Amino acid sequence: MLLNQFLLLGAVLFCIGVYGVLARKNGVLVLMSIELILNSVNINLVAFGMMGGDAAAITGQVFALFVITVAAAEVGVGLAIVLLIYRNRTTVDLDEVDLMKG
Amino acid sequence: MHGFDDWALTLAVFLPLVGAVVMLVIPGAEEGLHKVVALVTTVATLGIGVAILARYDYGGHQGLQFAPTPKDWISVIHAKYEVGIDGIALPLLLLSMVITLLVVLYSWNHFPEPHNPKAFLILILILEVGMNGTFVAQDLILFFVFFEVVLLPMYFMIGVWGGENRQYAAIKFFLFTLFGSALMILGFLALFFATGAESFSIPFLVQHAQANIDPDVALLIFGGLFMGFAIKVPMFPFHTWLPDAHTQAPTQGSVILAAVLLKLGTYGFIRIAIPILPDAAHTWAPWIGGLAVVGIIYGALGCLAQTDMKRLIAFSSVAHMGYVMLGIATLTDFGINAAVFGMVAHGLITGMLFFVAGSVKDRFHTLDMKRLGGLLLQAPRMGWILGFCCMASLGLPGLAGFWGEFPAILAAYNPAAGLSQPLFRTYMVIASIGTVFAAGYLLWMLQRVAFGTPKEEWDGHAIDDMHWPEYVSWVPLLAGIVALGLIPNLLFKITDPAIQVVTAAIGK
Amino acid sequence: MLEHIWIIPAITFTSFWLILFFGKRLPFKGSEIGLLALGVCLLLSTVAGFQWINHDSAEVHFERAPVAAAAEGGHAAEAAPAAEDGHAAEAAPAEGEHQAEAHVLRTPVDKSVHWFKIGDTQVDAGTHVDGLAIVMLFTVSVISFLVHVFSTSYMSGDRRFTHYFASLSLFTTGMFVLVTASNTLQGLFGWELMGLCSFMLIGHWWEEPKNSNAALKAFLTTRTGDIGLLVGISTLFFAAGRTFDIATINSRALDGQIGHTALLLAAIALFVAVIGKSAQFPLHTWLPDAMAGPTPVSALIHAATMVVAGVYLLARLYGVFWQAFSITHSSINPVAVVGGITIIIAAALAFVQTDIKKVLAYSTISQLGYMVMGLGVGAWTGAMFHFFTHAFFKALLFLGAGSVSHAVHSFEMDDMGGMKKYMPKTFWTFIIGSFALAGFFPLAGFWSKDEILLGAGQNGYTFFMIVGLVGAAMTAAYMTRCVYLTFFGEYRGHGHPHESPAAITVPLMVLAVFSVFAGFLNAPKLFGGEWFGRLVEDATFVHAAIPIHDFSVTAALLSMAVVSGAIGVAAWLHFGQRLPKGLTERSTPARLGHTFLANRYFLDHLYTGVIIGGIKGPIARAAYWFNQNVLDGVVNGVAFAAKRSGSWIYKWIDQGAIDGTVNGSGLGAEGLGGSLRRLQTGRVQQYGSLLFGGTALFALGLILLVARSN
Repeated sequence: MLLNQFLLLGAVLFCIGVYGVLARKNGVLVLMSIELILNSVNINLVAFGMMGGDAAAITGQVFALFVITVAAAEVGVGLAIVLLIYRNRTTVDLDEVDLMKG
Repeated sequence: MHGFDDWALTLAVFLPLVGAVVMLVIPGAEEGLHKVVALVTTVATLGIGVAILARYDYGGHQGLQFAPTPKDWISVIHAKYEVGIDGIALPLLLLSMVITLLVVLYSWNHFPEPHNPKAFLILILILEVGMNGTFVAQDLILFFVFFEVVLLPMYFMIGVWGGENRQYAAIKFFLFTLFGSALMILGFLALFFATGAESFSIPFLVQHAQANIDPDVALLIFGGLFMGFAIKVPMFPFHTWLPDAHTQAPTQGSVILAAVLLKLGTYGFIRIAIPILPDAAHTWAPWIGGLAVVGIIYGALGCLAQTDMKRLIAFSSVAHMGYVMLGIATLTDFGINAAVFGMVAHGLITGMLFFVAGSVKDRFHTLDMKRLGGLLLQAPRMGWILGFCCMASLGLPGLAGFWGEFPAILAAYNPAAGLSQPLFRTYMVIASIGTVFAAGYLLWMLQRVAFGTPKEEWDGHAIDDMHWPEYVSWVPLLAGIVALGLIPNLLFKITDPAIQVVTAAIGK
Repeated sequence: MLEHIWIIPAITFTSFWLILFFGKRLPFKGSEIGLLALGVCLLLSTVAGFQWINHDSAEVHFERAPVAAAAEGGHAAEAAPAAEDGHAAEAAPAEGEHQAEAHVLRTPVDKSVHWFKIGDTQVDAGTHVDGLAIVMLFTVSVISFLVHVFSTSYMSGDRRFTHYFASLSLFTTGMFVLVTASNTLQGLFGWELMGLCSFMLIGHWWEEPKNSNAALKAFLTTRTGDIGLLVGISTLFFAAGRTFDIATINSRALDGQIGHTALLLAAIALFVAVIGKSAQFPLHTWLPDAMAGPTPVSALIHAATMVVAGVYLLARLYGVFWQAFSITHSSINPVAVVGGITIIIAAALAFVQTDIKKVLAYSTISQLGYMVMGLGVGAWTGAMFHFFTHAFFKALLFLGAGSVSHAVHSFEMDDMGGMKKYMPKTFWTFIIGSFALAGFFPLAGFWSKDEILLGAGQNGYTFFMIVGLVGAAMTAAYMTRCVYLTFFGEYRGHGHPHESPAAITVPLMVLAVFSVFAGFLNAPKLFGGEWFGRLVEDATFVHAAIPIHDFSVTAALLSMAVVSGAIGVAAWLHFGQRLPKGLTERSTPARLGHTFLANRYFLDHLYTGVIIGGIKGPIARAAYWFNQNVLDGVVNGVAFAAKRSGSWIYKWIDQGAIDGTVNGSGLGAEGLGGSLRRLQTGRVQQYGSLLFGGTALFALGLILLVARSN
């Protein structure tokens, strides 16, 4: 029963994150939304870990730590990109950034 | 001279090719040189022909002469380089050589538009290669190759140097003949496989085809050969390419076409179709004879409807070749002798008529008989020569045409054993009526071209009488017409032994 | 000479080439060569004639059929076999006896060289000299020589004087070749050579379309007859056992070695050739038109060459005709019928001509009819004798007409009249010729015509004798008319006519002498009686079977009476100006008759308009239409169909299906890419939503799958 609440929290966070990623125009907010998604995953990992015994608990937590680390790096790179986009275009509106259009 | 006998025919065939190659490397601007090379080549070729004539054995030897051992050529299909001549091929080979020489001579100052003597003379020489080769080939594949070699130069000659409608005529000529060739090669292949796929050699097939081929199959094979040769002859109703080709071709082309090319078809009958499949020939003979006499009357009627002199002469070829085919259809020695004589005579006479027509066109730039008239006043010598040729062409005794016509009629009275006598006698009467028609259209042409007084439109036009190239190229033909007419044995002596071999196989 | 008779045609043939090539450079423009050649020929043929007279036969194996037997109701059939059995002596009544010893018949002289050989059949070219050939050679030489002499003056100044003489030489060559030929093929050479020369000479002034038309007509008409000659020669060649030799053919025909069907076919075919060449009904129409040629040529054609070639052929191959038509064993046969018809219709036409040459032309046709009829009724010798005499007086008349026209520059008798005064020599010679032609005793025509009529009467052809007598009366009458219109009355032309020079009058006088005396050669009781007959008949020929008859005074008186009567009536009408004027206006039958005659029985309309016009016009055009539209239509149709099907294949198969596939795949890829391109907006969020949406869909699917499997 405890698990359900965690999973529910994770799902809510994930949905908010996805909404943010898909709907927000601001690049920084999108990055933040991605963090939300990652964190929802972390919650899930830790929650599942707690369910599956000691070894599993350790594994879940270790995965969560990894994800936090990678997320930090990812945010670093992402913010750098956003910063560069801003410098070039004086905007961070993602609709304006469509250089990949075929 | 043993070496000469082995190489004579090969030389006779390929010497013109050497000449043509030499001319290829000479720049086109050197017109005089081109003429000289072409002349020297044709004279040399004729020289070989004369040597062959001198060394020919006229006696009892009835087989092939000047025949070296066959050499492998395309060994996969057993096709060999096999050549040789007998009494049937010899006169035609010489005819081809003489006509080519005279055509080159005539060309001296008569190059048709668009001029270009280099290409024109090269084509004539290549034509000679094909014609000579066809007459000496003793292997069906070799025969076929030479038969087709002739097509291309003639196609270009008509298509490039021809009249206004030359493209149409050239294509018609080419396709028509090619169509026949396709059926002919089918026949050749059928002969090859039906006799055990051993050889394409004509002497071999003459010996083995009759016995090994089922009669019904033989009839079909003969039909294929018939189509190939009949289109070339041309027999009614496959003749429609002829008037167009003749009318559009340059004079030289018309002369070669009439004098030699048409004979390839009739020669094919006598050399290949009849000796190899005598029984099938026997079954087909009444139909061939029927088409021949229809051709005689039909060609004559076609002539009477013409207003163009050259087209009239072209149609007269249909009628004359009808006599040749009638002679062949009788399958008798008289008939086939007449046919070979008729072939040579027609070559000389109709060749001459086309020469005259060409010269008339040179001077008047038209051959419309409504506009011509009084040639005898403007150019008397040419007019008389035209009259002479008309007389020769209508078969006046004492001139060559008679010996092609009368013995064929005579032979039709008594065709080979087993052929319907009443039918052939009917043919005989129709063919005799054809002689009156021939007189009618030829004299009618003579009257409209040569008699009367010149039309007003030519007032003030200076019309030259004959030039020296015309004399040089015409006199041999005229002399030949008279000589053969008075002494037919000149030719019968050569052809008869070979023809006896052909007729001996019939009805056996 | 008899063995080397080939020299005679060789001379004239050489002369032809010499005149043709060198004539123009000579002082007399080539006429001297022709004259010389013909002079030599005349000399040689005279020599040959004497040699023939002295040429003796080794033995005579038969005697003549008894005259009396033939005379009895004309059934010689019974007599002929009897004679061959050697019982002639007993069968012959006393009055016929003299003939048994009189007929020393000579054997012909043959000479031949190898000509050509096909298979086992060898054909020789050779000469066959017998009495007939000798007489022919002599007559032709005489006439031709005189025509040459006449022409030197008559044709002087002509634009093609040299050509004219060359053609004359060749023409004579043709006749010489024909009469000396030993085989039918060689005969054909001479025959056609004459056809050619008559074409050249009739069309001598070819600038005028009228003349070249006449030349064409002559050539084509005789050529039409030649169909028969070709067929006949071919038939005889095989029927007689592969030979062209005339003597062999004749003897095999008489021996019955040739089947009757083949023989009949050959005879009919050959007779068609005779009709064409000798201008017999119904192919006579070319001869009057042939008057377009120079007058001396007409004389040559009508008297000695060309038209008599047909008669000669008939006489030469008489064995064939004799056997095929059962001559003298029947009371009617095609030869006699055609001859008889020709006599009458041609004589009738002569009455309505206004051109003097045309009168003579129709007269020639009529006289040829006599010869043909004579041969048809078995009067071989009579017919040949008539040829002989006719040659002289017809040449005389033609040259006389030429002489008159030389003076008045016209051939229309309307432009003549009263010429007796101006040209006495021409007049008298013409009178002699006319009387000879009419058959007036004792001139040449009397003897020969009488012999034919006698033969007809006694061989059982009584009807044809009457035809002959009627013809004789008509001949006498139209010649009287002609003479009257030309020489009597007032001169109606212009200018001043004068007598012709000696080159013209001397030949006339020579011919007049012949016309007077030639008849006596075969007269009874002169020169040993029927000297001519013994000259021409020979031992190998059919004369064994031919009955001959004694001269009959009754018949002679009858024919004299008829002829004199006709002359009298005609003279009475013309000289007395009693011709009913305006008869054709008043009487419908007379007008119709005149129209019928004036249009020459409408035969010309039939030939020129219907037959030739039909062939040259609609039939030839139809054939050509057939060629251009049907045959060529098929060819062009095939080509068209091939082109259409080619373009269809190109359009639908090649370009549509095959290339379509290739292009289609490209196009498809391109279109797909184009539409896919729209997806790639470059907007990360869009990509994200798609990614998410897709994942969601997959997830949903997965869930459903799991749910179902449970």
